[in-house]
Amino acid sequence: MSDTAKLSVQIAAVLVACIAVALMPGYVDLFQLMQFTLFASMAVLALSLGFIWGFGGILCFGQTAFFGLGAYAYAVAAINFGDSTPAILMAIIVPSLFALALGYFVFYGRISDVYLGVITLTVTLILFNVFNSTAGDEYTIGVARLGGFNGMPAVPTFNMPFDPSGILFPEHSWYVTGGVLIAVYVGLRLLLRSRFGRVAVAVRENETRAALLGYDPRVVKLWVFVLGGAIAGLAGALYVNWGAFVGPTIFALSLSAEIIIWICIGGLGTLIGPVVGCFLIQYLVSQIGSQQSFNSNLILGAILVVFVVLLPKGLVPTLRNLILSGWHLVGDARRKGAEAKRNDLAAGQPVGAE
Amino acid sequence: MDLAALLALNVINGAASLFLLCLGLAIIFGMMRIINLAHGEFVMLGAYAAVLSANAGVNIWIAMLVVAPLFVGLVGLLVERCLVRFLYGRLVDSMLATWGLSLLIIGIVTTIFGNTMQGVPTPLGGFSIGDYRTSWYTLFLLAVAIVMMAIVYAVLRYTRYGLIARAVMQNPDMAAVLGVNPTHVYMATFSLGAAVTGLAGGVLAPVSGITPVMGGAYVAKAFITVVGGGAAIISGTLSASGLFGFVNQLGAYFTTPVYGEVILFLSAIVLIRLLPQGISGRFFKGTV
Amino acid sequence: MSTIPPLLETRNLTMRFGGVVANDDVNFTLDEMELRCLIGPNGAGKSTFFKMLTGQLTPSEGTIRFREHPIAGHASHEIARLGIGIKTQIPNVFNGLSVRENIWLAAQRTATRQATRKIVEEVLERIQLTDLAHAIVGQLSHGQRQWVEIGTVLAAEPELILLDEPAAGMTDEETVRTAEIIREINKTRALIVVEHDMEFIKMIARTVTVFHQGRILIEESVEAVLADSRVRDVYLGKKVAA
Repeated sequence: MSDTAKLSVQIAAVLVACIAVALMPGYVDLFQLMQFTLFASMAVLALSLGFIWGFGGILCFGQTAFFGLGAYAYAVAAINFGDSTPAILMAIIVPSLFALALGYFVFYGRISDVYLGVITLTVTLILFNVFNSTAGDEYTIGVARLGGFNGMPAVPTFNMPFDPSGILFPEHSWYVTGGVLIAVYVGLRLLLRSRFGRVAVAVRENETRAALLGYDPRVVKLWVFVLGGAIAGLAGALYVNWGAFVGPTIFALSLSAEIIIWICIGGLGTLIGPVVGCFLIQYLVSQIGSQQSFNSNLILGAILVVFVVLLPKGLVPTLRNLILSGWHLVGDARRKGAEAKRNDLAAGQPVGAE
Repeated sequence: MDLAALLALNVINGAASLFLLCLGLAIIFGMMRIINLAHGEFVMLGAYAAVLSANAGVNIWIAMLVVAPLFVGLVGLLVERCLVRFLYGRLVDSMLATWGLSLLIIGIVTTIFGNTMQGVPTPLGGFSIGDYRTSWYTLFLLAVAIVMMAIVYAVLRYTRYGLIARAVMQNPDMAAVLGVNPTHVYMATFSLGAAVTGLAGGVLAPVSGITPVMGGAYVAKAFITVVGGGAAIISGTLSASGLFGFVNQLGAYFTTPVYGEVILFLSAIVLIRLLPQGISGRFFKGTV
Repeated sequence: MSTIPPLLETRNLTMRFGGVVANDDVNFTLDEMELRCLIGPNGAGKSTFFKMLTGQLTPSEGTIRFREHPIAGHASHEIARLGIGIKTQIPNVFNGLSVRENIWLAAQRTATRQATRKIVEEVLERIQLTDLAHAIVGQLSHGQRQWVEIGTVLAAEPELILLDEPAAGMTDEETVRTAEIIREINKTRALIVVEHDMEFIKMIARTVTVFHQGRILIEESVEAVLADSRVRDVYLGKKVAA
């Protein structure tokens, strides 16, 4: 597929998504709309890992560290300021700084893939342990009590920018969440077309060659990692806005595993794949939850195993290849048909000439 | 003085438990370069096997020391044949697939046995150090760790299997030339690693809370200890679990058990940063 | 002439891996605009030498100066930014990207947007892959991937170009073309070329440095080297035997 065809498909997809977000509240009831709001905030999280893993080659087993830090940063700031506007900024800044520190430590130490996985996983566990043990009154930031394993209830949700009295209704929250999802997708697409994005992909492809051409792979990976942390933090704020609650289970390993499952299913190395995988799996889990006959771990585990072994590319790339090869087949058939006709004519001419 | 003795005992106990927990993972990682993220669930299965058979009337010692490793060894064999053998040489995929496997095992166990389970009482009773009471079982765990270390060392160092296994892991093609079937070696090694892990689960069952998600608490600890230890199975795991067990218990004593864990994790991260090849890669090159 | 410092100078350069000495006390000098060929049997230490020059290995001992900057042990990207480009022995390219993207990535780091576009077109033309510009590099033949890598090196416009076996796996026709391109580059740039193919060496070489067992055996004009009996013993003899 040529670049222009790719671009037009992407623009069409974004337009469809915008229309879907705009029209959704008219077609579903409030409960479903809330569900979709949750899915969309999780899809932002999926995009953050989809970007750093699929395009930066950084497999982070603890993306929830940034998600959780963003959520806590939002909650603490929102309770203290009473206004969600600076709180959302905090939800982006705090995890970014954390990612910067962690990334510097990891990438400048030339730590390989496996060890990166170990370290990010371990950091998430540390955060879980730390936030779990903040039950006492001494763990208070400003007027916000961290609350240990009980978490922080009744966190103020989003309001109109700089207007704490203008609290958003659930429909508005949906518009904001869906809008952020689309904006992050478009932003990442643009970034990938930019110089930095292309260099990032080059570093993923071949770190040695990138260095021999004068690019510093450590710097490139660090910025990709920090950006992923920022997006995950933003997703954390959206998540708290949905539930008005944050607790230490946000750092749970099971959520980290789930993000990875979304990406494996949707397709690594695409941006739309993680979003698709996220919506599919969350819908599936919510269905299982309401039926109670199956354990969701069982289904999720089985899906992950099956995809890694049998469909390692994931749904979106597999479908895309199918469609493309179908398209080529049609094109080939047409070309062959035309050639056959020309041959017939050519063969026919001498006969006619005789 | 009594307090110091108790603290020393706790440190030794922490290191011994960590060593037992890691040994199976270290065998699989060190020899096959596969990271088994379902390791915690193998521990859990060992504990379940021990508890279920003990509750069904099997002698507790047999349940822990025979049933648990046998059962988990068989599970390991099954897993190697059905899953892991497709993933050799694909490190990241093997991590993902075994992570999926861990969820799957948790799901199956939860579906069958529910969310909690009646444990077994700790055998052997206790003894006193001055004013402090502690249990004989602590010393039993230490003994098991020492015996396991000796057995694994002997197997790797002195048996034909150990020699072949080390050869295959160094160079699979070469081993095939020598007339050894690498498939069998991988199969045996994975099962052995699983069985050792099952034994750890069995002997830790009386001192742990038995739930389907208990593995989660072990996998990260085992994982960082093995990576921190490096490629050498015995010397690496022993040194790393000794160091981390020491740091953990000391941290727990001076702060809280939660921060003891945090200190363990932090020191592991720093260690991996300073010694990317692990302790054994730096200090015990060429040992097993 | 003596006032112009050499482009590249190594002093007592030594690389040990455990007990194995890959390079031993190498003193090597390359002048501005010079074209030098390195030959020597496998394991003579040529690739190790290149890896030290490009920062992929840190020498155990000794110094490397590039236009009087010490560069031994510096990171690869820093050395690349000073102006040393390398084509490695095994094609080292961005396999998942297209030919054009490979070249573009090499050109765009320093050049402006417009200059980049011009360089990319010129390089594609030069390596004769304009028609395959959109092909994914991983799907090309070994020879074509070699060309892509040479293209990335040219597009970055380095001051010194290192080519590790540029003609390996190429057809005779392509080999002749490679020799032509090397002579053309040499009008404006210095090069060091590692090669086994003696015919190829004769096409391009003036001065030849022979490596043997990690050391420099001799450094002479191409005719003198070819006539030297020691060279025949360690290198040519071996090749005939093989």
